[in-house]
Amino acid sequence: MSLGAYLARRTGGLLLVLLVTSFLVFGLLYLAPGSPLAFILGPRGGTPEQIAAVTAQYHLNDPFFVRYVAWLGDLLRGDLGYSIVYRQDVSDLIAGRVGTTLALVSMAALIIAVVGISAGTLAALRGGWTDQLTSSIAAIGLSTPSFVIGVALISVFAVGLGWFPTFGSGSGGLDTLVHLALPALALSVASAAYLARITRASVLEERGREHVQTATVRGLAPGYIVRHHVLRNSLVPIVTVLGLTIATLIAGAVVVENVFALDGLGSLLVRAILQRDFAVVQAVILVLVVAFVLVNAVVDVLYTFIDPRIALGSRK
Amino acid sequence: MTDPLLRLDNVRAALRLRGGEQELLRGVSFTIGAGEALGLVGESGSGKSLTTRAITRMLDPAFRVTGDIAFEGASVPRMNAQALRRYRQRDVGMIFQDPRAHVNPVHRVGDFLTEALVRDRGVDRRDAERRAVELLDEVGVRTPEQRLRQYPHELSGGLLQRVMIASVLLAEPKLILADEPTTALDVTAQSDVMAILDEQRRARGLSLLFITHDLELAAACCDRLAVMYAGEIVEQGAHVYEAPRHPYTIELLGARPSIEHRVERLPVLRYDRAAHELLKAEAS
Repeated sequence: MSLGAYLARRTGGLLLVLLVTSFLVFGLLYLAPGSPLAFILGPRGGTPEQIAAVTAQYHLNDPFFVRYVAWLGDLLRGDLGYSIVYRQDVSDLIAGRVGTTLALVSMAALIIAVVGISAGTLAALRGGWTDQLTSSIAAIGLSTPSFVIGVALISVFAVGLGWFPTFGSGSGGLDTLVHLALPALALSVASAAYLARITRASVLEERGREHVQTATVRGLAPGYIVRHHVLRNSLVPIVTVLGLTIATLIAGAVVVENVFALDGLGSLLVRAILQRDFAVVQAVILVLVVAFVLVNAVVDVLYTFIDPRIALGSRK
Repeated sequence: MTDPLLRLDNVRAALRLRGGEQELLRGVSFTIGAGEALGLVGESGSGKSLTTRAITRMLDPAFRVTGDIAFEGASVPRMNAQALRRYRQRDVGMIFQDPRAHVNPVHRVGDFLTEALVRDRGVDRRDAERRAVELLDEVGVRTPEQRLRQYPHELSGGLLQRVMIASVLLAEPKLILADEPTTALDVTAQSDVMAILDEQRRARGLSLLFITHDLELAAACCDRLAVMYAGEIVEQGAHVYEAPRHPYTIELLGARPSIEHRVERLPVLRYDRAAHELLKAEAS
């Protein structure tokens, strides 16, 4: 399959997935009890006239399909809608927060890739107590929730030692990097542990291959054999897991963003759900779905570079 | 007396298991002179492949190896890591049974052919590729430049085995170990590949240890034959094919089907472990 045909098929699939998820999210929010009115009019509620005015303004009494189709029509015109809680365009809300989440997820992904792959490789090649130690640490990392790790990191490195700030996303550049170091670490521990396990298994399997014997019997340098023949061939499962992890990190950032009081997409989504802020929930979920499908498409294209036997779009 | 190229002296390999050891090579001794070809024949599991692994020190660490293997007088078991790598790089070349499994599928054929030259001999990449093209041409691969850019899965088994042979010849070793190099190939590719290996070896004056089930083939392209049974060499020499003396060899040669006479059933070998031990006890 050519790259063009593949991308066309992938885009079609993405649109279909978006349509289905947006319908589901819209429907579920519609069915859930509660209304955004409470947040708009304040805890004491408004007069019947105020309620009627707000309800009419935001079409809250229109039938489900009318509202859904209206929202879909706006979306097709590039309008993500208007947040009735923030009284702001949703696109502005998202634009203001996507940077924080992107920076957080990128940093976490980098930590996961570097720590996970090197720990897994080391465990597989060294064996013995290195392997035991890595496996034990991985088991602990996998079974500790990210908010526990986040709180522990804050109390040790931010409050105790004072090396890092306790909350906020900084003012850009290096400051952001320092602010996001602990959240990214908290976010990456479980996934790094998982990737280490996958890497270890994959490296062990590839190291036993016949072509590695060929390389050894030709007297090639051990380090070169590990890099060029073992690690290089272990990449398919590693890249698969890494891709899936990055895609889920975006949603998984919710907890960590809350622990570290970061103003990212995750905390925006949680608040919007609680406040029945339909337009915001829809838009954030659309962003998450697009990111998920995009990451997976990138992984699919990467496969064909990693293993020439895999054709684009094939089911191997 | 000058040293032969390769000398195996009472080589034993025992696999350490829970509750004891299982001895799989039980005192293998032979020599291969410069330019000489030795055919190693025997049933599956008789220790032929283990022997080549012992020669290249590729046996699993779970094996305890005793006896000596000397290459040009240097003891292979006693080599340090550096000497061992140098020995594997320059002195011995190994051709495996299944080229499909023994060539890394994710790198191009050109990379497989040139990596040893470029990495270990300091040959310029372009120069190494030029040499690879020449050698592919010599082993009968057409359009060699194009083959270098292809991946192993795009080549047939026979073609890939020629690539394997070319990769060994590129390293210019003194001894080639060929472990059933044609078994995994289809019949027409078998004779082509074997003819090329034999021709190239003779033209370059290289020594060969040829492992096979095919007694005729071994007799045709080797100076001497060695017959293995249960981890031992029961008979070896230039006479083996024409005038075998050991009962096992006689039976083995008698078990081959003939193209002239029709038989309903091939004979079953009656020589077994008990007969083997009895014979050994009588001899000593």
